[in-house]
Amino acid sequence: MYKYIVKRILLMIPTLIGAAVLVFFLLRLIPGDICELRLAGTGLYADPAEIELCRNNLGLNDHILVQFADFVMGFLIFDLGDSMWTGKPITFEIGLRFQLSLQVAFMATFVAVIISIPLGVISAVKQDTWIDYVVRSFSILGIAIPSFWLGIMIILGLLIFTQHWLGEPWMPPIEYVSPLEDLGGNLAQLIWPAVATGYRYSAVATRMTRSALLEVLREDYIRTARAKGLLEKIVINRHALKNSLLPVVTVIGIEFAFLMGGLVVTEQVFNLNGLGKLFVESVLNNDYSLTQALVMIVVAVFVFTNLVVDLFYAWLDPRIRYS
Amino acid sequence: MVAVSEIRAESGFENLVQKKPWHQVTLELTRKYPLGVFGAVVVVVMILLAVFANVLSPYDPEENAFEFMLTPPGADFWLGTDQFGRDILTRIIYGARTALFVGFSCAMIGACIGLVLGVASAYFGGRFDLIFQRVMDVFMAFPLIIMAMAVVSIFGTGTQNVIIAITIPFIPRCARVVRSSALSIREIPYVDAARALGYSHTRIILRHMVPNVMAPFLIMLTAFVGQAILLEASLSYLGLGVQEPTPAWGLMLQGGAEEYAESAPWMAIWPGIAISLAVFGFNLFGDALRDVLDPKLRSL
Repeated sequence: MYKYIVKRILLMIPTLIGAAVLVFFLLRLIPGDICELRLAGTGLYADPAEIELCRNNLGLNDHILVQFADFVMGFLIFDLGDSMWTGKPITFEIGLRFQLSLQVAFMATFVAVIISIPLGVISAVKQDTWIDYVVRSFSILGIAIPSFWLGIMIILGLLIFTQHWLGEPWMPPIEYVSPLEDLGGNLAQLIWPAVATGYRYSAVATRMTRSALLEVLREDYIRTARAKGLLEKIVINRHALKNSLLPVVTVIGIEFAFLMGGLVVTEQVFNLNGLGKLFVESVLNNDYSLTQALVMIVVAVFVFTNLVVDLFYAWLDPRIRYS
Repeated sequence: MVAVSEIRAESGFENLVQKKPWHQVTLELTRKYPLGVFGAVVVVVMILLAVFANVLSPYDPEENAFEFMLTPPGADFWLGTDQFGRDILTRIIYGARTALFVGFSCAMIGACIGLVLGVASAYFGGRFDLIFQRVMDVFMAFPLIIMAMAVVSIFGTGTQNVIIAITIPFIPRCARVVRSSALSIREIPYVDAARALGYSHTRIILRHMVPNVMAPFLIMLTAFVGQAILLEASLSYLGLGVQEPTPAWGLMLQGGAEEYAESAPWMAIWPGIAISLAVFGFNLFGDALRDVLDPKLRSL
């Protein structure tokens, strides 16, 4: 096991280096210059000398390899540096929005779990009946419906519904409040994006619950449990479901790491000031340092999640370590 | 004396040799894979819409007609018009062309490159395989939408660049799946036999290994078409994809649709239904195909 862990951790290094190279050079291929954008934003005539000064200050005139070394060194000592656009530390910029995105991510996961596990169980127990077809259609629709459109429809539905029943249209608040200050206001804003993201996210977990449970239901010990006269409810809940949840939990964990990508679009629709929106802004502003930091964080989370899942499986199934 | 034909009929021999009529096959399939058949119907209808777009619709999808601006659904415009007076139904029908063109191009190119790379990686093995897998890891670690955004920012918007942006992330996903099936094929003696006969690497890969990983390849291919349609819509919605005045579903939801969502909800509702139904159809069809071809791949 020890050998396997070391091997697996060493395999992470080339992936992270590769991602760093890729993001660094990809960004520098994107046309546009942050200094021109910044100075154009002030509305004044952009003086070439001033642009030059700005580029010097940001280190954009250094040799490209020097810039790359700076970026990698910064990442190694966990110093992400400053945003090129606002000049504030990147950790500060991320910290501002982290709470919101994390809360939406947790709420979406919660929504996904309460949708997917009951539906997956029903679908497996009623395999190949019309109930199964309805549940499967519902979950595949979750992947098929674009999340931005679902967002628009939720907002539109809220407007029409409140107009009809309360007499005046109501929109979720735009300003973020901490759940500790005003739980009602906080939930009123964030529950909608969480439902939109969570539904999409539940699709994979529902299918996983269904297929894992179907597999377990074919096992001998399930037949034994039924043969000794246990109620079907107990057979499913206590014997089958418990043993089929492992792959489901794994899928939910992996999807959680991917939520950052999913939030990019959802935050745009609901106009939330979260990490997804920060990412879009940083790309549009040519803010190299911020984009690099965000991408590297996403990649690191992804690689780390994969590592944990692999180790967990190796721990459960010794055959994997020796192959 | 019993006629020969009667003996044949009695023995049921005729039935064994004779092919089942097509309507019976369809009926059986419908009974066994009702969702898959529904998906296939959606796909076929969509292809027909795309092919006969100019026959089906009396309006021009790109020309502005300001006298009919924001007309609600009615006899003349079944699904209403947008802020430029263009018929929504016409733009949805023509949008099927854009969606299918982008969907099939991305899926074909991405899956084919992934197929060859995945099989080659499994065939050569050793150091080549190890390095290749690390490169694929890097591309896989990038969230799909972020990768696509970066490519579009570099090459610019427009249909062609959207295809590039969506294809690149597909390659490693297909290569990964194909490689794992090709690894087991590599162990089968006929590959060694082909090498002993002195065939070139290219010939062994293309003629002997590729045909045997067709099942996962086809499954990935159908899954990619749906994903590509969805991604194209998302990119177009973000303003990074297909550009006006080309009719594209994601583009129809951008700008005007959100601005007039309350007063002209038909602009926001119908294109979204078109996207959802199309992706839904391809996913159902792909799932049924997977069940038929290779039940082991259920977790994909």
